[in-house]
Amino acid sequence: MVVFEKPKALTDVPFHYCPGCTHGIVHRLVAEVIDEMGIEGETVGIASVGCSVFSYNYFGCDMVQAPHGRAPAVATGVKRSHPDNFVFTYQGDGDLAAIGTAETVHVGARGENITIIFINNAIYGMTGGQMAPTTLLGQVTTTSPYGRKKEIQGNPIRVAEMIATLDGAAYVERVAVDCVKNVRNAKKAIRKAFETQKNKKGLSLIEVLSTCPTNWGMSPEKSLEWLRENMMAHYPLGVYKDITEEAGDNE
Amino acid sequence: MAEKMLMKGNEVIGEAAIRAGCRYFFGYPITPQTELSEYLAKKMPKVGGLCLQAESEVSAINMVLGCTASGERAFTSSSSPGVSLKSEGVSYIIGSDLPCVIVNVQRGGPGLGGIQPAQSDYLQATKALGHGDMHFVVLAPAYVQEIATLMGEAFDIADIYRTPVMLLADGALGQMMEPVDFEAKRERALPEKTWAACGHGNKRKHNIVNSLYIEPETLENTVLARYERYKAIEENEVQYDEYMTEDAEICVVAYGITARIVKTAVKAAREMGIKAGLFRPITLWPYPKKQLAGLADKVDKFLVVEMNMGQMVDDVKVATGCKRPVEFFGRTGGVIPTPDEILAKIVEMNGGAK
Repeated sequence: MVVFEKPKALTDVPFHYCPGCTHGIVHRLVAEVIDEMGIEGETVGIASVGCSVFSYNYFGCDMVQAPHGRAPAVATGVKRSHPDNFVFTYQGDGDLAAIGTAETVHVGARGENITIIFINNAIYGMTGGQMAPTTLLGQVTTTSPYGRKKEIQGNPIRVAEMIATLDGAAYVERVAVDCVKNVRNAKKAIRKAFETQKNKKGLSLIEVLSTCPTNWGMSPEKSLEWLRENMMAHYPLGVYKDITEEAGDNE
Repeated sequence: MAEKMLMKGNEVIGEAAIRAGCRYFFGYPITPQTELSEYLAKKMPKVGGLCLQAESEVSAINMVLGCTASGERAFTSSSSPGVSLKSEGVSYIIGSDLPCVIVNVQRGGPGLGGIQPAQSDYLQATKALGHGDMHFVVLAPAYVQEIATLMGEAFDIADIYRTPVMLLADGALGQMMEPVDFEAKRERALPEKTWAACGHGNKRKHNIVNSLYIEPETLENTVLARYERYKAIEENEVQYDEYMTEDAEICVVAYGITARIVKTAVKAAREMGIKAGLFRPITLWPYPKKQLAGLADKVDKFLVVEMNMGQMVDDVKVATGCKRPVEFFGRTGGVIPTPDEILAKIVEMNGGAK
């Protein structure tokens, strides 16, 4: 009996992610959902700019790498010409909530039948720990060395809440992958997001609270604690929008 | 016999794209090319296509990126300020070796500039629309009929060489109406898009459409391979037109709408006994270097006429190896030169009417 195996929708390329980074868990969850739904052959993933750019090497489905922040627009181009394909973007907080804010808001407004996997770790990982749009007030980063102050650097953005206000957004949930229970719930949410897309209900966005031990300057274990104590307080977990049971599709 | 229709330049761009089998247009309204979006918004749904108004020029070009990455013919259109916004996406499209068509119905610049016809994006189009080592094909129609022909060819060239192709028009061409015949396009053999990311159907390894190469040597090799294709484009795709250059002493070099005004001036000069001629590059990249070099052996002087401050002058000097003097006459900011002022310049270069 097989107890544990690698999802088929992941390739054999080893992840480059830092020890303790939660990208690996989220990649796995997305791949498990793709396997369970049997949709790898019909799925196109959009990699964004940031730590997860190399996800195009890790997911076994067809992949397109988008310019920084533009993944939702690229996904729109794929999905509109291939409405029966599954299209997902995998984006970090700088990509989605700073440089790509307009693209993100407008796929929600248009109700594009795509799934956005949004990794919120409150920092720019790839460039080495700069302030992100989701960096918490008081949080120290290399570009907010005295702690983020709202008077100077402005306030962190709550993406799930913001996107939930858009009529074209069908399913929006914020999850975390800090413990087994939350990991299982995150997978359920990702599955629901892909089902939402299958049923052509509109945009599905899953915000995943994640850690960046390297740039937070903490051990993986301490990072998870910090996430629970600080991030969850500002970014409460939960379902922010669910109109997937409403009649009619979005085509 | 092919049917002829009286149509506006901007609408011809849209109709020619549809006839070229393109079913996806992503745009953003901007004067003086908005009629194109409006035309496609009406027509695309009737042919099972899509005309989608994006939230920005940036998004529009990235929708094109996604659409062409999945193997479909796609195009976008704008005018000068909007084309600047597309430069990021164009660089990624080139870096990912994707075909697409981009239309620039130029207006005066810089900045918000004006909304009248100009050719002020020559350098941007032919030298540096986006970051990185790269070129793309630039087609400059001078007639509404030529828009139809070149727009059809643009999609083929894009697919054959996996490159963006720009149709560089101007506000005058976009707005004017002329009879047009859409049958005039030549048929070309097109490669299969085996690289498309449209779902592997569990039948092949996954396709990755990508412009990132962390190893410098890998990136260098990728760029070198692309430049081999550029060589082939320079070899095969140069287009130009000549008028009375056989015995010309003064050769005027002009493209697009300006070339038509020059033609009138050249005729007038001939009537005055001045041996003037017109050389009209149709492809601005690849530039018709060899043909101009050949003319440099025959003519006495070159005159470049443009609706800008002389952006093409250096290309003529380089192509001709500075063998002959190259002078310039131009109007800018959306001002269209008159045949009379061009004629006056030709007469001056001739040392008077004689």
